[in-house]
Amino acid sequence: MIEAKGVSLTFQTADGPVHALKDVNLSINKGDFVSFIGPSGCGKTTFLRTMAALERPTAGTLSVNGMTPDQARKSRAYGYVFQAPGLYPWRTIARNISLPLEIMGFSKPDREARIARVLELVELAGFGGKYPWQLSGGMQQRASIARALAFDAEILLMDEPFGALDEIVRDRLNEALLELWAKTGKTIGFVTHSIPEAVYLSTRIVVMSPRPGRISRVIESTLPRERPLEIRDTPEFIRIAHEVREGLREGHSYD
Amino acid sequence: MSRVMPVLVVLLGIVALWYGAAVAMNAPWARDQAARAGTPLSTGQLIAATMVQERPVLPAPHQVAKGLWDGIAGQKITSKRSLVWHGWITLSATLAGFAIGALAGAALAVAIVHSRVMDLSIMPWAIASQTVPILAIAPMVIVVFASAGVTGLVPKAMISAWLSFFPVLVGMVKGFRTPDRMQLDQMHSWSASRAQAFFLLRLPSSLPYLFASLKVAVAAALVGTIVGELPAGATAGLGARLLSGSYYGQTIQIWSALFAAAGLAAVLVALIGLIERVVLKRMGLAR
Amino acid sequence: MTRYGEGGARPGALILGLAVLVLVLAANRWWPGSGLLLFVWLAGWAVNSRLAHYEGPISAMLVPLIFGATLLASWEIACASFAIPPVILPAPSAIGAAFAANLPLLWGDFVQTILKGALSGWLIGAALAVAVAVLIDRSPFLQRGLLPIGNFVAALPIVGIAPILVMWFGFDWQSKAAVVVIMVFFPILVNMVAGLKATDALARDQIATWSASYAQALVKLRLPSAMPFLFNGLKITTTLALIGAIVAEFFGSPTRGMGFRISTSVGQLNLALVWAEILVAALAGTAFYGIVALIEKRVTFWHPSQRG
Repeated sequence: MIEAKGVSLTFQTADGPVHALKDVNLSINKGDFVSFIGPSGCGKTTFLRTMAALERPTAGTLSVNGMTPDQARKSRAYGYVFQAPGLYPWRTIARNISLPLEIMGFSKPDREARIARVLELVELAGFGGKYPWQLSGGMQQRASIARALAFDAEILLMDEPFGALDEIVRDRLNEALLELWAKTGKTIGFVTHSIPEAVYLSTRIVVMSPRPGRISRVIESTLPRERPLEIRDTPEFIRIAHEVREGLREGHSYD
Repeated sequence: MSRVMPVLVVLLGIVALWYGAAVAMNAPWARDQAARAGTPLSTGQLIAATMVQERPVLPAPHQVAKGLWDGIAGQKITSKRSLVWHGWITLSATLAGFAIGALAGAALAVAIVHSRVMDLSIMPWAIASQTVPILAIAPMVIVVFASAGVTGLVPKAMISAWLSFFPVLVGMVKGFRTPDRMQLDQMHSWSASRAQAFFLLRLPSSLPYLFASLKVAVAAALVGTIVGELPAGATAGLGARLLSGSYYGQTIQIWSALFAAAGLAAVLVALIGLIERVVLKRMGLAR
Repeated sequence: MTRYGEGGARPGALILGLAVLVLVLAANRWWPGSGLLLFVWLAGWAVNSRLAHYEGPISAMLVPLIFGATLLASWEIACASFAIPPVILPAPSAIGAAFAANLPLLWGDFVQTILKGALSGWLIGAALAVAVAVLIDRSPFLQRGLLPIGNFVAALPIVGIAPILVMWFGFDWQSKAAVVVIMVFFPILVNMVAGLKATDALARDQIATWSASYAQALVKLRLPSAMPFLFNGLKITTTLALIGAIVAEFFGSPTRGMGFRISTSVGQLNLALVWAEILVAALAGTAFYGIVALIEKRVTFWHPSQRG
C-alpha cells in the first residue's frame, strides 16, 4: 500500500543543511493503523507530508498504491487531516465538506449524498447548516475528518488531529476514530505526541528520533482490534506503552 | 539588493510608460504646429518635438526634473519663483498646524482614557469625523480669517491642526487602551497610582500607535496646508503654485510643484519614521 | 481598573447647585449671554456625568447625542448673544434655514459631486485596484516592486494632481472621477495584495492535498479570505473619494457641484450656504461609509470582527 525505501529529506537553511529525514524504510499495509511518535524535530510530520506530496524527498523512493505521491494525490488516494480543523469560516459545515468535492468535480446530487453520509459517520448529522465558529473545537475537528472522508480516499493521513483539544474531548474522539476505522477499513497514518494515544489507536507504532530524523523502532501492537477505553488499564497496554517509552529514550541517547 | 531591485524595475517601467504617454499626448499639438508651418515631421522629429514643448499636455519626466531643479537650485531662495521659498511657506504652516493638532489630539486622548464622560461624549464624534471630508472647510477658514484681518500662516496652520487632530486623537486613545485587563490588574495589585499606571504602562504601550498616527497626521496636515493655499488671492506656497500653474496652463510648473509637495511629504513621513525607529529602539520595542 | 467617579447623590448637592447659580449669574453680569452659555454647558455636563455611570447601549447612545446637542446649543447661544457676524460664523438655525431653502440646489450639487464624481471614480478605482492585485498575484517580483511604491504614494498629497486632470478631462465630473480613481487606487491595492496573502500555510497545504488548480484556490479560498482586507481599503477610501471630488472642483468645474458651491459662496460671503454644503458633505461621508460598512457586514459575516 505505502512503501518507503531509503527516503531522505534535507532542507537547506541559513544555518546549513537540516536532515529532516534520513534513510527511512517502512511499508504500511492496507487496513493498518500506523502511528508516528517522537520528539519534535524527529521528522514524523515531515514523513507524513512526504507521503502526501506536500514535501519532496531528496533521496529514496516512496510509492503510494504503486504510484508516486503526486500521482496518488491526483487520483484522490488519501485524505489529509491537519492539526487545526482548517474549516472556512464563510462556509457552513456542509459546504465545507462540499469544498474538496467541488474542486474534484463531483456532481451536485452526489455531493449532497456524500455530505449526508460523512456527517452521519462523524455524528454531526443536523449540524450541516451551522458555521464552523458556532461549533466546539472537537466538533470542528470531527467536521474536518468528515471532509477528509468525503471523497472516499482509501488512506487517511492525520497530523496531530487532536493535539489542540483537551484530554476529555480527545478521549472521546479517539474512541470515535477507532469506531470509524472499524466501519470503513481505511488505512490510517497518524502523527501524535501522546504515548497513550498512539498505543490505544494503532496496530503499529513507529517511534522516531531527531537529528537526523529517522525511525528508531517499530512496535507491533498485540492488542485486539476491538478496544474499549478501559483497555488502557490492562497490563498488555502498559507493557506496549513502556516499550514505546523505551524506544523514545533510546532515540535520545544519540545526542 | 533583493528589496531594491523590484522597486527600481517598477519605477523604470513607470518612467518608460510616462515617456510613452508624453509622446502620445503631446503629438497632436506638435503635428498641428508642423501642419501650420507646412513642414511635415518624420517620426523621429515628431518624438523630439513632443519632448521640448513649453506647455505640454504631459511634460516628459526630464522636463519635470529640470523644472524641479530650476525651482530648487536655479533661483535665489528668496525669489518668488523658487520652490524652496514656496516649499518653506507650505512647510512652516504644515509644521505649526501639525504640532498644535498632534499635541491637542494627544492631550484630549489622555483625558478620554481617564474620563468615561469624555469618552462617551467625544469618541463617537471623533470616529465619525473620520468619515467626513473635513478638508472641504479649508476655503471657508481662509476667507473667514482673512475677513478678520488674519492671513498668512495662521489660517493654514489652523486647517492643518484640525486635520491632524483627529487621527492622533483616535490613534492615541487606541494606543492608551492596548494594555489588557491583566496588565492593568497587575498594576492595580501593586497599588500603582493612576499617574504611575499611565506613565509606566499606558504611555509606553501606546508609542507604536502614536507614531503610526503621526505619520497619517503629518501627511494630512500637508494636504490641509496645500488646499488652504488654493483660494483665490493666495500667492505663496506650493498650493498657490499649483493653482497659478493651472490658471496659465504652465504644466511644467504644476508638475514641479506637485513633485516638490510629494518630496516634502516623503521627507516628513520618513523623518517621523526615523524618530520612531530611534525611540522604539531605545525602549527596546523595535524588532 | 479605571474608576468612573463616585455615583449617587451627595449631601452637598444643594450647596453645589447654589454655587453654580451664583457663578452663572455673576458671569452673565460680567458678560451678557455668557451666563446662559455656561449654564447650558454645566447642565449638559451634569446630565452626561450622571448618565456615564450606567453601562449599556442606552447611555452610549444618549451621551454623545447630548454632548452634540450641548455643542449646537452653545453655538446658537453664542451667535445670538455675542452678535457674531454671520459672515464669520452663521448660527446653526441660519444654516438649517439655508439647508431647507436650498434643497434642490444642494441635491444638484450632491448628484454632481458625490454620485457622478466621487462614486463613479471610487468604483472604477476599486475595480482597477482589485484587478491589478489579482494580476500581480502570481508575480512576487512585481508585488515587491509595487507595494513600497503604493505605500509611499498613499502618504503623498495626491489631490495636487487635480489641476492636471482637470486640464486633461475637462471641467465636468469626469476629471473629478479621475482624481478619485488615482486617490483610492493605491490604498485599495495595498490592502487587496495583503488580503490575497492572508491565507495561512495550513489552508494552502490543505487545498494542495485536494489538487486544486490556481483558479480554484483563488476563487474558493484566497478571494474570500481577502474580503476583510478589501473592505478595510474600501472603507478608508470613502472619505478620500469625497475629498478628491470636492477639492478637484476648486480647480475648475461647471457651475454646480459642492466644491464649486463652497468656493463661490465663500467668495460671496454666503457662509450659511457653505455650511449647508459642509453638512451635506458630512452626511454624504457618513452615509457612504455606513453603506460600505453594511455591505461588509453582509459579505464578511464570518470574520471575528463582525461576529461580536
